[in-house]
This record gives sequence, C-alpha cells and structure tokens, in this order.
Amino acid sequence: MQSIAQGHRSAEMRRPDGIEGFVSDWSSDQRAFKNVSWGKAMMWIFLLSDTFIFGCFLLSYMTVRISTTVPWPNPSEVFALEVFGTHLPLILIAIMTFVLITSSGTMAMAVNCGYRRDRRNTAILLVVTAILGASFVGMQAFEWTKLIHEGVRPWGNPWGAEQFGSAFFMITGFHGTHVTIGVIFLLIVARKVWRGDYDTGRPGFFTSRKGRYEIVEITGLYWHFVDLVWVFIFALFYLW
Amino acid sequence: MSTASGHLEGVPAAEVEDVELYHPHSWVTKYVFSQDAKIIGIQYALTATAIGFVALVLSWLMRIHLGFPGTFDFITPAEYYQFITMHGMIMVVYLLTALFLGGFGNYLIPLMVGARDMVFPWVNMLSYWIYLVAVLVLIASFFAPGGPTGAGWTLYPPQAILSGTPGGQDWGIILMLLSLMLFIIGFTMGGLNYVVTVLQARTRGMTLMRMPLTVWGIFTATVMALLAFPALFVSCVMMMLDRLLGTSFFMPALVVMGERLSHEGGSPLLWQHLFWFFGHPEVYIVALPAFGIVSDLISVHARRNIFGYRMMVWAIVIIGALSFVVWAHHMYVSGMNPYFGFFFATTTLIIAVPTAIKVYNWLLTLWRGDIHLTTPMLFALAFIVTFVNGGLTGLFLGNVVVDVPLSDTMFVVAHFHMVMGVAPIFVVFGAIYHWYPKITGRMLDEAMGKLHFWVSFAGAYLIFFPMHYIGLLGVPRRYHEIGEMAFVPPSAHTLNAFISVMALIVGAAQIVFLFNLAWSLRRGKPAGGNPWNAASLEWQTPETPPPHGNWGREMPVVYRWAYDYSVPGAPQDFIPQNQPPAKAAE
Repeated sequence: MQSIAQGHRSAEMRRPDGIEGFVSDWSSDQRAFKNVSWGKAMMWIFLLSDTFIFGCFLLSYMTVRISTTVPWPNPSEVFALEVFGTHLPLILIAIMTFVLITSSGTMAMAVNCGYRRDRRNTAILLVVTAILGASFVGMQAFEWTKLIHEGVRPWGNPWGAEQFGSAFFMITGFHGTHVTIGVIFLLIVARKVWRGDYDTGRPGFFTSRKGRYEIVEITGLYWHFVDLVWVFIFALFYLW
Repeated sequence: MSTASGHLEGVPAAEVEDVELYHPHSWVTKYVFSQDAKIIGIQYALTATAIGFVALVLSWLMRIHLGFPGTFDFITPAEYYQFITMHGMIMVVYLLTALFLGGFGNYLIPLMVGARDMVFPWVNMLSYWIYLVAVLVLIASFFAPGGPTGAGWTLYPPQAILSGTPGGQDWGIILMLLSLMLFIIGFTMGGLNYVVTVLQARTRGMTLMRMPLTVWGIFTATVMALLAFPALFVSCVMMMLDRLLGTSFFMPALVVMGERLSHEGGSPLLWQHLFWFFGHPEVYIVALPAFGIVSDLISVHARRNIFGYRMMVWAIVIIGALSFVVWAHHMYVSGMNPYFGFFFATTTLIIAVPTAIKVYNWLLTLWRGDIHLTTPMLFALAFIVTFVNGGLTGLFLGNVVVDVPLSDTMFVVAHFHMVMGVAPIFVVFGAIYHWYPKITGRMLDEAMGKLHFWVSFAGAYLIFFPMHYIGLLGVPRRYHEIGEMAFVPPSAHTLNAFISVMALIVGAAQIVFLFNLAWSLRRGKPAGGNPWNAASLEWQTPETPPPHGNWGREMPVVYRWAYDYSVPGAPQDFIPQNQPPAKAAE
C-alpha cells in the first residue's frame, strides 16, 4: 500500500480569538474547522442530521397527542412499579436515566484516558460504559415486556389514546436501537484499544485506514448525543 | 516548485492530515466495488439515468392516454395513478437528487477543491450500493402483487394506505417507503462525505471563497438534504407503522365501504407538514447544484468572470436557509390559519429576491461576453429562460388567493415541470456535455448535441407552455380522463393531443443523446486535458481522465479564484487556478 502523505500540520499558527478567529478560520484555505479531524467533523454533522430525526419524532408525538380525541394515559401511573409493597411512580425510568447519565461519565473518563494513551484504563472504561448501556437496553426490554403484558400495543391500550402505545414503542424503540448500536461500537473500539491497534496504527478491516485514539472521542460524541436525546424523551414523554 | 509539504511564498503551509489512499488491486475493486469518488460518481449517474429512463417512458404512457382519450384503453385508471406516482418520485428523488449530489457531487467535488478523493472512500462506496438497492426495491414494486403505489408522489395519507388506492393494501406502498428509507440512509453516507470534503479537505490556497460555484451549490444542497431528509425518513417510518402494525399516526377515524376502520385520532396533516418540510427544501436540493453548475458553464463559455461572485455565494446560502421556512405553501388548499398563509406566502415571495439576484448576475456575466454557443452553453442559456419562466409562475402560486383556484389544475403541473423538471435537466445535459471530455477524454459530438438541444428546448416549451393555458381553463391535474366538461372547450382537447405528440418527440430526442454518449466514448474527437480553456482546478489534472488519486505526486496549490477569464494583460484569455502569480504576469 502506497501512502501519499500530504504533510503534517506545521508549527501551530497563531490565530485570533472569538468572532475574528471564526471568520479567519472560515476564510482560510484547507479546512474551516482548524484542528478538527475528518472523522470528528463527520460525526458532528451526522449528529446534527440525527437531531433532526429525533426532533421530527418528538414533534410528531406531540402532534398526535394533540390530534387524538381520546384522553392521554397518565405516564407516571403507567410507568409505576410496586417495589416491596411501595407504589413508586416512574422508578424504573429514574433508574434508567441514572444509569445512562452515569455511562456518559465513564465515557468521558475513557476519552480522557485515551488521550493520556492509558491503554488499559481506556479499554476498561469503555467496557464499563458498554455494560451500563447494555443494562439500560435491558431495563428498556423489561419495561416493554411489562407494558405488553398489561395490554399496551402500538394500535391500542387499556387506558386511553392508542397513540400512546404507538409513540412509546416507536420513540423508545428508535432510541434503544441507537443505544444498542452504540454498545456494539463501544465494544469494537474497546477491543481495538485493548489489542493496541491505536498504538500500532493497525489498519481497519473495512476502511484500511489507520486507527487513532481519537476514535474513542468520536465514539464518545455519539454516546453523549444518545444520552442527551434520552433527556428530551424523558422530559417530553414521561414527565409531560 | 517545491514538494507539497514544503514552503511556498504566499501560500499557507499544508495542514491537512495524512491520507492513505486505498489502492485497488483487481478489476472488481477498481471498477465495481470501487472506492474512487470518480467511479462512484459515474456509477451514480448511470444508475440514475437508467431509472430516469423508466420514468420517461411512464410519462409517455400518461401523455398518450391524456392526449388521445379512448384510444389507449389498456391504461386503466389504477395504472394511470401508478404511472404518475412513480414518474414523480423517480424524477425528483432517484434521478435528480442522485444525479446532482451523488453523480456530479462525487465526480466534481474532490477535483474542484483539490482533494485526492472523498474523505471516507469506503463509506462513499457503501452510499452508492445502498442507493442501488433502493432503486432495485423501487423497481421490484412494479412486479409486486398489486403493482407499485398509486398514491401520487406526495403519498398523502389516509388514501396512500387504504384499499381504494393502487398498492395501498398491497405491496406497492410498503416497497415505496422501504425504498425511500434506504435512499435516505445511503444518501446520508454520501452527504457526510461531500460536506466534510468541502469543509476539511481542500488543497492549499483553496479558500471557501475561491471554490467554483458548482461546489457551493452542491455543498449547500447537501447540507440542506442532511437536514431535510430526516423529516421524510421519520414520516416513512410512521406510515410504515400505520400500514403494517395498524397504528394511527396519520389515520383519523374512517369509514371505508360502510365499514369503520380500526384507526382513530391520527393527523393526516402531520404527514403533509413533515413531507413538505422535506419536499420544499428538496426543490432547492435539485435547484442549487443547477444554479452552481450553470454559473460555471456561463462563465467558461462566455469567457467572462462570473458577475458578483460573493453575491452568488450568499444568494445560494440564503436561498438554502429560506427554503426551510416556506414548506406550507404546498398546503394552502389543505386549509390553515390565514396568518400562517400570510407568513408562508411572504417567505415564499422573499425567496424571489436572492433568486432574481442570481438571474441578473448570469445576465450581467453574459453582457458583452465572448459567447461561444457550444452545446453546454446552449443548455445553460435554456436553463435561464425556462427557470425564469417557471419562477414567474411560482410568484403566482406563492400567493394564497391565486394558488387556491389554480392548485389542482394543469397550471401547477406546467409550473413545477418548468422550474424543477425542465430547467435542472437542461443543466444536467449542459454539465454532461461540458465535463464528458474530462470524464472520458473525448468530446461529445457537437452536431448530435445541437440536434438534441434544439428538439429538447423547443419541445419543452411546446409541451409546457400550452399546459399553463389548459390549467388556467381549469383542466384538473391527476385525472385519468378529463371527459366532457362544460368549461373545457374543444381547443383544449386539441392542445392536449398536441402536447402528447410533442412529449413523444422530445422523449425520442433523448435517444439521440444516449447514442451520442455511447458513440463518442470510442469515436469522439480526442479532447485533451482542457478543451474549453477553463480555469477551474478539475481541468488542470496532470492526466485526463484523471486516475485514482487525481493529482499524481504533487498536490495542486491554488492562487486565485476559478473565474480568471479575459484578464487584461494576461497571455491567454484564462488563468488556471493553480498558476502562480509570477508566471501569470509574464
């Protein structure tokens, strides 16, 4: 494989700050976001596009909640659990939210370790993040099972507007898919970190590009995004 | 000349990260599963042309039926609706969007900004193959039980998934929605590539404000597509759930054939809002690359720098931004609060301002230019005429009070075919005549090109100009048969027959074009590296057609914008973008 080098970033240029810096970066050649790699730029733009996906899902949910003529079931009752004889509204959702936000914390720590080239701790923290994410998906599966047993279907439920079930399964399903994909990627990246791919620059299987520790941060961007989306789903679907 | 990483006077140091090009070893990885943006672009273009030809044939079938009622009775009403739907969807999404962004975007962006390839070639390759699957799923719906969907290209619920609509309770609508979702996933992969390549992988000296307008058009359109397609994706998901699982996102309580359906409480208007939040930007996703390309064609073939380059760039960006706040002008007849109608009419008419600026700038570029009436130039000029024409009727339809009576007539059909059918397709043709020498190393035949142009141009007017008149008479669109109506005079029927004959002739002219493409590949005049004496970077490649990696050993360095034509005192009437200042002054 012939490698065509375009040259390294030469001595750090001194650039003005603030608005002036923004303008000078955008009017410069080669790249608009200085010191932002291709992969990171792509992830940010993808996340912007994905924001529109979830935005449309949530707006559609709000629209059908308004358009339906039947009363909307009370989420804090629907998502309540009896724990040791105590009636706790939204308890499972609270735990799920806690777990997911904790996983964002471990992800941030993994990114930090990655930049310190701490191979072992990076891999461990990535796996911990993946485990937290997987347990989130597990709890979501439990929640789905419980609701399905209680008779909630995408086309109807015992308590009111049928759009409740449709929107619930669609939005949490879509978010859960995102989390699942994230878990898979976390595990792949963790394996690569553990094996030392990012230290040796071993090329990727599909892309034949050299991996770098920055991949950890890019995966982290996705993970934090999925986490942030959950906060909106939590606020708009469960608390409203 | 120093090496790419070395120091050059007045040029910033190289800061783009190392690139490892994937080097294919076999014929299959070189031409089939290729990661080279140029090959991917050609694959996109060929696939889009093939499926576009299907849509062309569908339009013939519709036209012969409309023009000669009673003669072609093998076209049933159900089939007529299926033809309309597939014709519209294919032309807008699978032909124009794929051709401009996937085809020209892939081929031209890396060459024009001075990159070796797109930033993520593997993802780029995946983008094409998913697009191909989307097209195949779409084709499959022709052979599925019940045929393709006949819901109209806007797929409005509730009718789109009811039994009265062709494909509504069969496979048609399911395959349509699946195909759209695949298209969007595939497009997103490509789109991320185009945007990041433009933002982060330009060569030394290539600032954003030195990029050719073609790149600006494709870039802005891609950003818009990345923000607009999510709305379509989400609405496809929801309609799929409505159809397959019996949810009621879009379905209100309904009685069909005396039987109450299980749907209840959904909002059909929600689909319209989501669809047009995608659908209106989509118009400009097709138009902006056309604007960009036409600016370059006019500048090269009139040997003049583009007039008001910065204004042109900002007009593209402003049109892109405004097009996200006009979507409900497609929904005036759906009923809305009058204040909303007022808002959307106002934003719609405001778009005319940057658009008019662009048209004036094209004209001022032509003003006292050294105009070469080559085939690409003819198509570029035809674009301006047809676009202004369609744009003017757009001003009519943007107003609520004018739109409401005209909305369901042939006037609307004439309008949107003029503005986003004929006009962008002319740019596609012009662009192919212009860049074919770079892609193949041979010129397209000029005589066949001129024949193709004049038949297409005159024919397009003869088809769509009378259609405005028919629409003003009140002839409705989307009707299988007009039949005897008191307000439709016999002359309208005669005109209808005339339009149909013209449509067949224009369609036949496209065969000349296809023949030209194939014939010139072997027998065309050898083109050399820069047959049009163009200044922009894609014409300065060391080899033509450019090989994998585009630039050989040394990356180009850019010293100027792409429009240095007829510069006083320069030895030639153009100065290539990568010509150093000292050499240019000699």
